Amino acid sequence: MSTVSPYETVVGLEVHVELHTKTKIFCGCETSFGASPNSHTCPVCLGHPGVLPVLNRQAVEYAMKAAMAINCEIADWCKFDRKNYFYPDSPKAYQISQYDEPIGSNGWIDIEVNGQTKRIGITRLHLEEDAGKLTHMDGGLGSLVDLNRVGTPLVEIVSEPDIRSPEEAKAYLEKLKAIMQYCDVSDVKMEEGSLRCDANVSIRPWGQEKFGTRTELKNMNSFRGVQRGLEYEVMRQSDVLDSGGKVVQETRRWDESQGKTFSMRSKEEAHDYRYFPDPDLVRVQIDAEWKDRVRASIPELPDARQARYTQGYGLPSYDAGVITSSMKLADFFEESLKYTDDAKASANWIMGDLLGYLNANNLEIQQVPITGQGLGEMIQLIAKGTISSKIAKTVFKAMLESGKLPQQIVEEQGLVQISDEGAILAIVDRIVEANPQSVEDFRGGKDKAIGFLVGQIMKETKGKANPGLVNKLLMDRLKNS
Amino acid sequence: MSITAKDVEHVANLARLTLTEDEKEQFTGQLNAILKYAEKLNGLDTAGVEPTSHVLPMSNVMREDAPKASLPIEKVLRNAPEAEDDQFKVPAVLE
Repeated sequence: MSTVSPYETVVGLEVHVELHTKTKIFCGCETSFGASPNSHTCPVCLGHPGVLPVLNRQAVEYAMKAAMAINCEIADWCKFDRKNYFYPDSPKAYQISQYDEPIGSNGWIDIEVNGQTKRIGITRLHLEEDAGKLTHMDGGLGSLVDLNRVGTPLVEIVSEPDIRSPEEAKAYLEKLKAIMQYCDVSDVKMEEGSLRCDANVSIRPWGQEKFGTRTELKNMNSFRGVQRGLEYEVMRQSDVLDSGGKVVQETRRWDESQGKTFSMRSKEEAHDYRYFPDPDLVRVQIDAEWKDRVRASIPELPDARQARYTQGYGLPSYDAGVITSSMKLADFFEESLKYTDDAKASANWIMGDLLGYLNANNLEIQQVPITGQGLGEMIQLIAKGTISSKIAKTVFKAMLESGKLPQQIVEEQGLVQISDEGAILAIVDRIVEANPQSVEDFRGGKDKAIGFLVGQIMKETKGKANPGLVNKLLMDRLKNS
Repeated sequence: MSITAKDVEHVANLARLTLTEDEKEQFTGQLNAILKYAEKLNGLDTAGVEPTSHVLPMSNVMREDAPKASLPIEKVLRNAPEAEDDQFKVPAVLE
């Protein structure tokens, strides 16, 4: 936030994370994404009369694991409640959720914005079922309902209103995503809807303790969308207050293509969900033994890995943060270090060529065939002088595309660096003789001429000549003749 | 506690139901009769009884995360008044 604004931004996020169990939370239908419409449904998730839901133990364990990873207290007892609403995405006309006894509460995560660490409180994490998908037909002819997603287990993670800017919101979401990925409880893909985010946004004059009237923002389907949506909404509320108006408490929808938020149909009554305990599901007791067993399954989390990379390998905090933001990327980094000791070089290749390529092509590390072993071995080839750093860029690109190991690429493409003095000297002689004008310029004090000569030699050797040797031999030749 | 015609309108609205004046009156009476019946519970002495959300003395009824066959699509859509492209078709719903 720019400091010129007279208002402080206050944001709380509600994040839904789909748990990647094999089956739904209350029936044995599979949860796979992208199946043909309604092919993963049964009497239970279709809400037929007389059916009984049975809780999926794995969903409870994933929820516990997620809650523990964000430092929540785990309830000893919890129950499920019915949240009643009428909408075609919910065939039972209620969603099974947890009202007043969530699995996890009072947690926190740390985020880093502009080099500062900040702790964001987490009010609660509860388990619930997802709803179906509606497709609206053109011309208002009707809506089509696909109930495959009904009953997919979700955790809803509600933050405290501790977030003070759109940047912090984005950092919070990215950290949450990384933690869920490390815990292996979800695919956390925003584009597939397995990570979704709603925001409560308000502004207040600096120094005022009381929160301003908030709006609830929906439909922000990407990390960038969350940041942009919040930025827009903060600006809109500021304009309302500046012109002497009042912010109306309402739900607003972010429209990515228009870059604006729009008021949704008034929901003043829709929040009357008439929660009550679901009589079909008995209570869940989580004893110490169960908690211990789940806690033991939590791997090293991003913050711990980041600390290990800065302290153990001397990486800058920023680099360590970027690499640990994705567990797959961090695993790749560590794999490379089995083949080289040069952690900084590995980090540089990851931060530069690798992420550059992945971001430009909108890919994730697991979608490209390159291996950590390949990177580690390539760094060793550079260290040994087998290839130059310049040639290494070609090798790296080839590894990204083929997944082959560097030695093989170097041999197949004949990329071995020429470090044979005699061979280079012969080329130096030839280039010097062919370019008398440049030699003259150099002797006349034009240092630039040397660059031209080096360029000619590299061209002649297709970039394979050892650059250090070329410089040395060329200087010797020019000075001694 | 008694139900008024206004409460009935509110609940009908949440359930997306349109009621006639006669129906509102009829349901107000019926709902009040049901509540009155349930009110008998207030006559019980519950001192010393721990509150509970469930009457069954059971907990932790769970299943393993093992897939079971879903319904064939013809059966899924058998009760649908209208269907298209293997989906349920409902009147246009706008957010």
